Amino acid sequence: MSDLNKLGLAEARDALRKGDVTSVELTEACLGAIEGAGALNAFVHKTPELALEQAKAADARLKGSEEAPAMCGLPLGIKDLFCTKGVPSQAASRILEGFLPQYESTVTQNLFDAGAVMLGKLNMDEFAMGSSNETSTYGDVISPWRRGNEDTALTPGGSSGGSAAAVAADLCLAATGTDTGGSIRQPAAFTGTVGIKPTYGRCSRWGIVAFASSLDQAGPMTKSVRDAAIMLGAMAGHDPKDSTSADIPVPDFEAMLTGDIKGKKIGIPKEYRMEGMPAEIEKLWSDGAAMLRDAGAEIVDISLPHTKYALPAYYVIAPAEASSNLARYDGVRYGHRATLGAGDGITEMYEKTRAEGFGHEVQRRVMVGTYVLSAGFYDAYYNRARKVRTLIKKDFEDAFAAGVDAILTPATPSAAFGLGEMQDTDPVKMYLNDVFTVTVNLAGLPGISVPTGVDAQGLPLGLQLIGRPWEEGDLLNTAYALEAAAGFVAKPEKWW
Amino acid sequence: MSIDESTAARVAKLARIRVEEDALPALAAEFNTILGFIEQLNEVDVEGVEPMTSVTPMRLKRRQDAVTDGNQQDKVLANAPDAREGFFAVPKVVE
Repeated sequence: MSDLNKLGLAEARDALRKGDVTSVELTEACLGAIEGAGALNAFVHKTPELALEQAKAADARLKGSEEAPAMCGLPLGIKDLFCTKGVPSQAASRILEGFLPQYESTVTQNLFDAGAVMLGKLNMDEFAMGSSNETSTYGDVISPWRRGNEDTALTPGGSSGGSAAAVAADLCLAATGTDTGGSIRQPAAFTGTVGIKPTYGRCSRWGIVAFASSLDQAGPMTKSVRDAAIMLGAMAGHDPKDSTSADIPVPDFEAMLTGDIKGKKIGIPKEYRMEGMPAEIEKLWSDGAAMLRDAGAEIVDISLPHTKYALPAYYVIAPAEASSNLARYDGVRYGHRATLGAGDGITEMYEKTRAEGFGHEVQRRVMVGTYVLSAGFYDAYYNRARKVRTLIKKDFEDAFAAGVDAILTPATPSAAFGLGEMQDTDPVKMYLNDVFTVTVNLAGLPGISVPTGVDAQGLPLGLQLIGRPWEEGDLLNTAYALEAAAGFVAKPEKWW
Repeated sequence: MSIDESTAARVAKLARIRVEEDALPALAAEFNTILGFIEQLNEVDVEGVEPMTSVTPMRLKRRQDAVTDGNQQDKVLANAPDAREGFFAVPKVVE
């Protein structure tokens, strides 16, 4: 077999079981692809020795039993936000330079227990704050995709930009991502890959560097919906170390992919039809609805009246939680500490360390969070945002109570933009990237981005499906039907 | 609500992030842009609405109040920028 790195999880798993290929061969193919893809800046800490060691162990395990676990022998990339024992894990921040976790995050441990192989750590926006992967201390990730014959460097999206680029460019079979406001689904849409953010509580957050704890969830970024079902099953599960992790069984998501969505009710929320929406996105969306209708689903118009307020509520709640979570980076216990001048005390140490260690966007969000939580503004901003969040969640509950099984929306307001193109605009413009995804985090729901088309310049576009809480299996099945109908097969042409 | 430079300086101080004097005007302007965006929330009628505390209706689990971990001083200190004699070291705090 050639080009083993181009396989998806399901194909590679089946080939491993049949003995057509070994995990070492798969891993070596990926390591070779990574070596040749420095230009993308996706992998920022490579772990080839560990990968080959894990691959050999997986091969032994596969030989010994018919019942090897789902992910056995499959090489993955891991977002830098996950703490991995003895392997640099710095959330793409200077403040965690040199940090070597003494423990393994639950999600990566679950993947390793299922036999997965780690190729290395993937670039991202600093502390997962960004939509373009331009806030990383490692520098920008370059998307493998280009506009037609242009050589403008495009963003892979963010914050899981390294994960999206690595999967799209076949540097790994799949990757982990995390999603606080759209950080799995937006980069997946920008790179023609599949990304699912599960229900809040489905995956343990333990050992994942915290951004906004009431919104953060981990999920897989893959080459197909089936792969997402396989990998989510391996990542998910109750964890006593995360008090918000749900103690409910994880179903066999893959077994739920029947492709049969007859009689399912799919809601089209009118509030997602934004003013100035590009005609291509509008068409992509109506085409998607038509595909689901043709597959036997019933398409219904619904209203989610508080949609407009999701982004402003998010930009109170997420910075507030971030300012609290990031207070731990004080130069005392781990990471960077500033060089102090004569007479500098502990306050100067904190202030200088955080000024040097945090990038601009992170500083800005920590300070906005500090402001909205400060005396006199807590009620006006933070409490009001939490009340609006209650209303946003209720919008979805009302839709589901009316019998809607899933909601179809665009994943992003546009195709991928050029790196640097948003630099001079105000921060709010960049935040608008998350306009279709952020509601899902605020409501704690599962959401999946599926590539369904390309724009006039050949760039991928994705649609988002939003499901009922804990019904990722049903959601994945609807996504599976959409994927089959859309038949998206475009791949970036190799230039790197 | 408009944020002036002295408010920006106060917020930076509260956040324990050093911001140089000459960077304050730009910072204040960014805050104003973001807060201007957030102001939209005032349009929403939130009378009688409970602020969300947990996005999934779950009771936090209780557990035995028992020691399950410990004796990892070396691991706890392994990443410290300055650790001495089994402690984190910081500049003098008390005169």
